[in-house]
Amino acid sequence: MLLEVKDLHAGIDGKEILKGLNLQVNAGEVHAIMGPNGSGKSTLSKVLAGHPTYEVISGEVLFEGKDLLELEPDERAREGVFMAFQYPVEVPGVSNSQFLRLAYNQKAIHHGQEELDPLEFNDYLKEKAKVVEMDPQFFKRSVNEGFSGGEKKRNEILQMAVLEPKLAILDETDSGLDIDALRIVAEGVNKLRNDNNAIILVTHYQRLLNYIQPDFVHVLANGKIVKEGGKELALELEDKGYDWVKGASV
Amino acid sequence: MSSTTAVTETVFTKQFAEFRASIGDDAMTKLRSEAFAYFEATGFPTPKDEDWKYTNVAAVAGGQWTVDSAGASGNTGEFNYKRNGFTALNLAFADIVVVRIPSETIVVEPIELSFTAEDGKAIFPHVIVVAESGSKATIVETYAASGRGFTNAAVQVLVEENANLTHYRVQKDSVEAFNYGVTEVEVRSGGHYDSTNINLGAALSRHDIDLKFVAEGAEAWVDGLYMLSGGQHHDTHSIIDHTVPNCLSHQTYKGVLNENSRGVFNGKVFVRENAHGTDAQQSNKNLLLSNEARVDTKPQLEIFNDDVKCSHGATVGQLEDEELFYLLTRGLPKTLAKNLLTYGFAEEVINKIEIESIKGELDSMVLNRLGAEI
Repeated sequence: MLLEVKDLHAGIDGKEILKGLNLQVNAGEVHAIMGPNGSGKSTLSKVLAGHPTYEVISGEVLFEGKDLLELEPDERAREGVFMAFQYPVEVPGVSNSQFLRLAYNQKAIHHGQEELDPLEFNDYLKEKAKVVEMDPQFFKRSVNEGFSGGEKKRNEILQMAVLEPKLAILDETDSGLDIDALRIVAEGVNKLRNDNNAIILVTHYQRLLNYIQPDFVHVLANGKIVKEGGKELALELEDKGYDWVKGASV
Repeated sequence: MSSTTAVTETVFTKQFAEFRASIGDDAMTKLRSEAFAYFEATGFPTPKDEDWKYTNVAAVAGGQWTVDSAGASGNTGEFNYKRNGFTALNLAFADIVVVRIPSETIVVEPIELSFTAEDGKAIFPHVIVVAESGSKATIVETYAASGRGFTNAAVQVLVEENANLTHYRVQKDSVEAFNYGVTEVEVRSGGHYDSTNINLGAALSRHDIDLKFVAEGAEAWVDGLYMLSGGQHHDTHSIIDHTVPNCLSHQTYKGVLNENSRGVFNGKVFVRENAHGTDAQQSNKNLLLSNEARVDTKPQLEIFNDDVKCSHGATVGQLEDEELFYLLTRGLPKTLAKNLLTYGFAEEVINKIEIESIKGELDSMVLNRLGAEI
């Protein structure tokens, strides 16, 4: 199993938000985690990525059988966990290609692979950029600085393409995207999807799931998964609204 | 001199008499003597002086300096040697270089001026740059003192009608050195002045900038970086004076302070009564990398006209946690991530430099400072 979350309780500022969450993800699967605002979707993403302000109260998270919560955020990343941010951060003064090459090489070092020099990396990056139809002029620009909402999200998926994570958590990747940007981002994710990796789509709306078909849909309410099913569950949810599941439990 | 002011003999007194004798009489002799008399009467500034509150130059005042000046003379026009003791001393011993860019001429290659104060020596470069109407050029002014060298420099810049001058000032003195510099700039109608001031070296350095718009439709960028560590101290005092309508000034100054270093930024922008249509933006951002580092920043905007677009602000802070987390989630170890963010912060200013060789050198100096490889 790639990821196993067992009875996870976690929160922020002393407030418990996740109240006993269970989740199992295998390589080759796409999971959608849906839920209303405040259900704990974002907390789950942040806890998996290792955000320092979120506290784990109890429970376990195993990544390839190892204790993920023991690892620092950068160690998790080098092990193959990736989170696409809902609000990607701007890093002024650091070019996209500089940043991506550093990240790529850190992972390469960790796995005993060859580092790439700037020229080699540039070729690699050009190939990867096709995944999200990104113009190479973005390579020279500072990371996310002055990017539109859509460009930022595309840049997140480009990073995913470069780093080839085993587990990618896409945190509200569809938020703030117009229909064209949504299509490009979704197609990018579909191209990156394969039998060796897994993707967790964290989303409020069903819209994204028209473009990226999940194998499993989990509905989160009040810090717990209250309903689970196949992709048809998302449509049902769209139809009936979140009130339908709020009282329910698995 | 028949003055009643108490004059203290200094390490410069005898040297000035010898210096004056060695260069003989010329058009500047009288001015040099007046300036020296002014210096002897006022001495070096002290922290009692409001403008020097945070910068104590006692170490310079007490130094046993050997004057090192060829004493070339020139016409310093309206140079305000009475600004402080340093400027008076500069004019007394001034070694003048004149750079004149002829009207309607484009100089493609950068004009490089480099000044090196050797250990124990005091140098007094005085540069006069005249960018005549319609000309275009780039000036690179570099300071690279060795040991405890003392640089006391003055630069006068005149940007004439529709001239375009790019001015890089790079101070990379040894970390034991002392550096005082003043840059006086006058920009005329349609003139375009773009300066980037990089301060990396010296134990103690101070840069005074005094820019004045004297005719409409001119623009100026006055940007800078100070990156300090150990016990380094840097002070930038700048004045940008909008005396006429429809001029634009943009100022971005950034500070990176590590260990127990200390930075001072004091930026005054004046928008005078008739200066309608002024666009003046000023910002000073500081990154403190240690608990012992300190910065005193004071952006001041004084506006006497309503029809203007002005903003100013200063920040002092540490690396943003969210930026750091973002880099960590991409697999960069914490130290590398912090260095990359610091580098990026400094790069925003360095990236302005359009000469690859200088930019490359500054990049590696910044990385060296961080002990990082990027």
